[in-house]
Amino acid sequence: MKPAPFDWLQARTVDEAVGALVAAEGDALVVAGSQSLGPMLNLRLVQPSLLVDIRGIEGLLAVDEADDGAAGPAITYGSLVTHAAIEDGRVADGTNGLMPQVARGIAYRAIRTCGTIGGSVCHADPAGDWGTALTLLSATALIEGPAGRRAVPIEGFFLGPFGTVLAPGDLLVGLRVPRLPPGTRWAYEKCCRKPGEFAESIVGMLRNEAQGTCRIVVGANGGAPVVIDDRGILRDGFDPVRARAALASAGLDGDPYLLKLHLAMMQRAALEVSTQVPGGRR
Amino acid sequence: MKHPVRLQVNGRAVEAQVEPRLNLADFVRDHLHLTATHVGCEHGVCGACTVLLDGAPARACINFAVRCDGRDVRTLEGLSCDPVMVRLRAAFTAEHALQCGYCTPGMLITARDIVLRLPDADEARIRVELAGNLCRCTGYAGIVRAIASVLEARLSEPSEPSEPR
Repeated sequence: MKPAPFDWLQARTVDEAVGALVAAEGDALVVAGSQSLGPMLNLRLVQPSLLVDIRGIEGLLAVDEADDGAAGPAITYGSLVTHAAIEDGRVADGTNGLMPQVARGIAYRAIRTCGTIGGSVCHADPAGDWGTALTLLSATALIEGPAGRRAVPIEGFFLGPFGTVLAPGDLLVGLRVPRLPPGTRWAYEKCCRKPGEFAESIVGMLRNEAQGTCRIVVGANGGAPVVIDDRGILRDGFDPVRARAALASAGLDGDPYLLKLHLAMMQRAALEVSTQVPGGRR
Repeated sequence: MKHPVRLQVNGRAVEAQVEPRLNLADFVRDHLHLTATHVGCEHGVCGACTVLLDGAPARACINFAVRCDGRDVRTLEGLSCDPVMVRLRAAFTAEHALQCGYCTPGMLITARDIVLRLPDADEARIRVELAGNLCRCTGYAGIVRAIASVLEARLSEPSEPSEPR
């Protein structure tokens, strides 16, 4: 199908984009890589009167490796950084290979060369990878809007399927990703019917034995990524009873098939973080 | 409202006035009469419309022409003398890697990307990389063999020149 007619504005600055979004009173959409919005336009699932194109805003491609704010060392990625740039290691990685692995598993190469990390986060598809991965990494969304600039922890960014805290006129300009502490083991397991297909379950896991920390995130669950805060799941490698209870208390036990998928991904991730050599993977 | 675009297509400068909703595949097919780029699913899944955008594979059906201003587009027509494509065409013929031919232009552009980007790809990796190009005739066996044969031939002659990506 072809999209319904729309007009197009190439914004050159963040202010110009925000101004155009405000002026359109909710009838405009931001376009970055167009790899999710393109299909939605073609299928006429969205019919905006205006696309505000942010690809010409140079600053949104920047990667700041020297971000050592009060919250600790981090790397800040401009919204327009593509999945392929992360996959290929053309931008810095502070996650010991986790982000490149996540990028490599997104859709197909011809999508990854165009699709952007910021676009993926704003689209907020429950099956999207960056929502789960960046929740696992406790990233911060950097937003500019009519009221100025603000930073929102990613855990509060997603409100549900395709829903975020972005208000009309808001633009996600970057994502601040804390560097993983040395010795952190990670796992990112996802289940797709076919490579590149939308995931049916994603489980991300971080484990740092020296610090006694463990973080588990379950994504592709039909809603916002769910953080499970229970180190006991990793007792003796993997405790399936405890894992099932944690998924149930998060409300992820509604469908027996999907519950089994989440459990299987969690078990794989638990195995991965228990066998992985700290500081290096695969 | 139409917007002006100026871009390079297969090494040729092209200027046009386009509606924002015109996708790149329809632009090269209907405006430039370059019909090797096929339109299949129109939502980025089937891969038939894959072209090179600034040297990297991209879906022409979900990239709008208006957004390609100043960019370099290469369709299958623009790769007819590319040394890797010459080999891939021969290998596709030898291995029966096509039947109806609908997916073939996208397959060839993805195959070229695999050959140039992943010189050590084994059969499993080739299959994963091909996941974004659907073929309903061949069962992929011939396509995978064709790409593997080109990779193997290039490994034995690593100095073969190729266009920069």
